Amino acid sequence: MADVAQLPGSRSPWHMALRFGLYFLLCVFAVYYLLPLFVVLSTAFKDLDEIRSGTLLSLPAELNVDAWSFAWSEACVGVSCEGLQPYFWNSVQMAIPAVLISSFLGALTGYALTKFRFKGANVVFAMILFGCFIPFQVVLLPMAQTLGWLHMANTIPGLVLVHIMAGLPFTTLFFRNYYVNIPDDLVKAATIDGAGFFTIFWKIILPLSPPIIVVTIIWQFTQIWNDFLFGASFTTGGGQPVTVALNNVVNTTTGVKRYNVDMAAALIAAAPTLLVYVLAGRYFVRGLTAGSVKG
Amino acid sequence: MSSIAIGQTKQDQKTSMMDKVKDWLRWNTSKLVVAPSFALVLVFVYGFIAWTGYTSFTKSKMLPIYSFEGLYQYIRLWKLPPWHVAIENLVIFGGLFIIVSIVLGCLLAILLDQRIRGEGILRTIYLYPMAISFIVTGTAWKWILNPGLGIENLMHGLGWTSFEFSWLVDPDMAVYTLVIAGVWQASGFVMAMFLAALRGVDQEIIKAAYLDGASISRIYLVIILPTLRPVFLSSFVILSHLAIKSFDLVVALTGGGPGYSSTLPANFMYEMTFRRNQIGLGAASAIMMLATVMAIIVPYLYSELREKKHG
Repeated sequence: MADVAQLPGSRSPWHMALRFGLYFLLCVFAVYYLLPLFVVLSTAFKDLDEIRSGTLLSLPAELNVDAWSFAWSEACVGVSCEGLQPYFWNSVQMAIPAVLISSFLGALTGYALTKFRFKGANVVFAMILFGCFIPFQVVLLPMAQTLGWLHMANTIPGLVLVHIMAGLPFTTLFFRNYYVNIPDDLVKAATIDGAGFFTIFWKIILPLSPPIIVVTIIWQFTQIWNDFLFGASFTTGGGQPVTVALNNVVNTTTGVKRYNVDMAAALIAAAPTLLVYVLAGRYFVRGLTAGSVKG
Repeated sequence: MSSIAIGQTKQDQKTSMMDKVKDWLRWNTSKLVVAPSFALVLVFVYGFIAWTGYTSFTKSKMLPIYSFEGLYQYIRLWKLPPWHVAIENLVIFGGLFIIVSIVLGCLLAILLDQRIRGEGILRTIYLYPMAISFIVTGTAWKWILNPGLGIENLMHGLGWTSFEFSWLVDPDMAVYTLVIAGVWQASGFVMAMFLAALRGVDQEIIKAAYLDGASISRIYLVIILPTLRPVFLSSFVILSHLAIKSFDLVVALTGGGPGYSSTLPANFMYEMTFRRNQIGLGAASAIMMLATVMAIIVPYLYSELREKKHG
């Protein structure tokens, strides 16, 4: 931005007041973004009496972890009352292979489309790219039927397949845009030295790829972990991912409503992607912007 | 002797065959490698869209029926009151969600761009909602907006006993709660895009304008904001895409209710297809969604690609 602080006249009292107002505004917005997290966290540590007697903003008297253990291993998801735990592991089992396979396929496809161009490579890329833009509702019904035929309905491998398909256009886009900027001469030189397609991929291209691999994996992990539509459409009962189970916990109407358990469950479901964001936020943002500049 | 010669020729033929295969492979490995991904996209994107498209022209209910019925489902769809509510809601939710997110995101980016101490921390705070699923976001906001225990209770506790805030259970207002949660989730992302663009604005022009006596607000209005046009455009495209796809936020926050007052097209489609055994109707609504997305995306991509060619 305008490096206004360095410009003449920037030390006036008027300017100082402006700076103060600026920081004040920024802090107000920070409170708005942090409020839900604060409310959810503090509610998850309260017991039910405290929730009823206190308000949204009151801190828990002591850190009561009962709601957390209840959400993890006892809360009822539909008719089964084993907590979120099995569904959390469903999500893990779904996300890991889906992220790895879609990223690997994207890398290979992006590499082939940029470094070993064939006639029509651009058309192929444009056709794959189209998959980034469709609302998934338009493939939901045929997908459900196909999974049924493949005997993969309500299974983890079925969801893995769906997420590979949904993620492939994005991973291809990421790697393709990254590989376009790697000099072609590198590949040409290696070809003259006798290296083949795969040798070049393993020995030259992949070692240059860690930055985009990290971005792609974070993007894919966030998308897949947070998915609700596919999970809700293609799974029932024990095969559900954690987002669907969370929604069931929260919307169960039988018995006393345990808000603290709902909040703890929400945090458990959000924990993995929040952790990734805290640890690798830089790459997360890069993935967001890479996914937004689609051309 | 002759037999050996014949053997050698055969050997030669074999190696030349092998060479040919190798040669062919060398030139076509790339195509072979792309083929599986391309096939996957052809089937799962294009094939499935065609499939859904065809289903929307049939009378399929619980099971698919494949006899062509023309526009039957589309006529039915546009006669259904819940579909009209869903479309109206999409216009309200989508319009407000896009406008507020862009204004807020742009404002935050400009504020953050003033050499702020602790910028990294603030950026992290503004953006973290984007890492969380809409289901979690909806759950959190449902708790905050809960008429008995949330903000209303907080205000009562502070002594403002007449305070009433029951949008969540008010059929006329429920759709606005979707805007609150949606903006909270997506505005940080818009901020990140604007911030990246602001950092790319030419410093020399700004300095020159400042030395010429232009005020900061004028510099922003006349010089900086116009250069951000592409960011406005891409935020609009991405946010509208998000709005049309919105499904989980509604499920978690309002459940589409009260009644079907806060339902969106995506929820309508899901309800018809998976709950009410109206596959044909669900397919028709999905095609309407696709058409809306395409109406926004296609001109955008077209102009993007054309600009690149000219540039």
